[in-house]
Amino acid sequence: MGDRLLLRGNEVIAEAAIRAGCQCYFAYPITPQAELLEHMAKNMPRLGRTFIQAESEIAAISMVYGAAGAGVRTMTSSSSPGISLKQEGISYLAGANLPCVIVNVVRGGPGLGNIAPSQCDYFQATKGGGHGDYRLIVLGPSTVPEAGELTMLAFELADQYRIPVMILADGLLGQMMEPVELPDPIDPASLPVKEWATTGAKGRAPNVILSFEMDPEGLQQINNDLQAKYQTITENELRYEETDTEDADIVIAAYGTIGRICKSVVRMARAEGIKVGLFRPITLWPFPYEPLKALSERVDTVLSVEMSAGQMWEDVRLAVAERAKTPFYGETGGVVPTPRSILNEVKKHVR
Amino acid sequence: MSVNLDNMVKVFERPQSLTNAKSTYCPGCHHGILTRIIGNVLDELDIADRTVGIAPVGCSVFAYLWYKVDSQQVPHGRASAVATGIKRARPELIVFSYQGDGDFASIGTAESIHAANRGENITVIFVNNQIYGMTGGEMAPTTLVGQKTTTSPEGRDPSQVGYPIRFSEMIATLEAPTYVTRQALFDTKHIMDATKAIKKAFQNQVDGKGYSLVEVLSTCPTNWRMSPVQSNKHVAETVTKVFPLGDLIDRG
Repeated sequence: MGDRLLLRGNEVIAEAAIRAGCQCYFAYPITPQAELLEHMAKNMPRLGRTFIQAESEIAAISMVYGAAGAGVRTMTSSSSPGISLKQEGISYLAGANLPCVIVNVVRGGPGLGNIAPSQCDYFQATKGGGHGDYRLIVLGPSTVPEAGELTMLAFELADQYRIPVMILADGLLGQMMEPVELPDPIDPASLPVKEWATTGAKGRAPNVILSFEMDPEGLQQINNDLQAKYQTITENELRYEETDTEDADIVIAAYGTIGRICKSVVRMARAEGIKVGLFRPITLWPFPYEPLKALSERVDTVLSVEMSAGQMWEDVRLAVAERAKTPFYGETGGVVPTPRSILNEVKKHVR
Repeated sequence: MSVNLDNMVKVFERPQSLTNAKSTYCPGCHHGILTRIIGNVLDELDIADRTVGIAPVGCSVFAYLWYKVDSQQVPHGRASAVATGIKRARPELIVFSYQGDGDFASIGTAESIHAANRGENITVIFVNNQIYGMTGGEMAPTTLVGQKTTTSPEGRDPSQVGYPIRFSEMIATLEAPTYVTRQALFDTKHIMDATKAIKKAFQNQVDGKGYSLVEVLSTCPTNWRMSPVQSNKHVAETVTKVFPLGDLIDRG
């Protein structure tokens, strides 16, 4: 392992991307992810890599498309309103099977909203966002060290499946400082060559990057191939964490920063003799429906807690169906639920 | 009668850098001539095996089929941003974008101006035919005053939609670009001039000199509702009055 550092979540994501071999980073400034952009501005040129402050979020994601198509590891980052602008490019990246990493340090919405932490972009991240039948792999880190680990993983998964991967963080995680230990950097030259990339058609037939097929049956086949890929990812890449669920009567379902806060809630509740567990999805897409379904057969209640009006809650209800009660507790607009307020919610549902 | 082929000299052939794919362009449209010019330039500079072409959205959406080079098909208007991404990722590649007036001068306005302002070492071919050909002949940012299109059925009215935008002149106000020129293809002399300009625009990139933009005035006989001959005449006599030909910047 490499050196131990004290960094903000935003900086850790940037540093992890560099260590994962990200050669080109393109972004536009927006709060609360500015430190990510600034870390890249300081360090990418020093390493002989590309940093461009793009003219817009749309341009940034289009630059990512070009660099990804040219076969290098590439990333963009933003926060909610900026991610909305990127949806055009994200759809094209998904349609063209291009690997890249997109970071959303989510803030309060809708519209301009505010700059406080939120989880209100879950639908956009996991259910589409742009046009067409596509998915992103969506990873939801809950701590600063996990943000680093999942960023490294994001580049691996992106290349392995030729798919855009989103890190769905939030303003709290982006701003929080914690000690982290990041792995040694990967030398980009050591990464496998991407035979499909546009690197110049010397001694081979031309490669074409596209998300375009006029023939409906041809386009249907492309869609079928995408769906088959998504199925493989669902079978192989589910990630989630269970805490104290073995004897639990009630389980909290929460992800990201709220997942971390709910770990404290579990400890507080257990100290009062309440049998509470935590189910924390790490891959938000693919969502761990089956593990949560299995868990719901053993508990009375699955309480969803989010910084939204109830977005992941829909997936929780799909997984649980009628096997357990599925109440919801959320705060919106950048209000962060406290451990105490969550514990009070838990108590409402304990017999 | 027998012909001795050994004594014959080949004076005309399909450029090596073009495929045998059948063109999707309409009769009399200048896209075909321009495609051939680019193919010839890629041959002459011997750069096809390290070139990446960018196919836009519009009539030239199939551009990736015409050239024997690696290609990326991209969102409408974003070609100059995608070109930036490719060139920065692999500076050894020769990157050219091929963009229509709607793509380059309307929906891609920000991407077009900022790639030029950064002085990206790329070659941009900007085809200005003053109309949206692919979607059925709607008004373009470059449509002439009074010109009838399907979305300006009474003719372009500047009091409502402004005047045709001289985008290359806007780019020419910037300090970074190396070469900005406007060319046409309505007769042999102008085809030869345009060929020279396009060759220079690629040579600049090979030499690492920076951003080159070649605007090419083109015809759309189908949507202009003119014959190919009338169309050429219209470019020569009317369009060039609004969009004057010649170099706007040459810092090469």
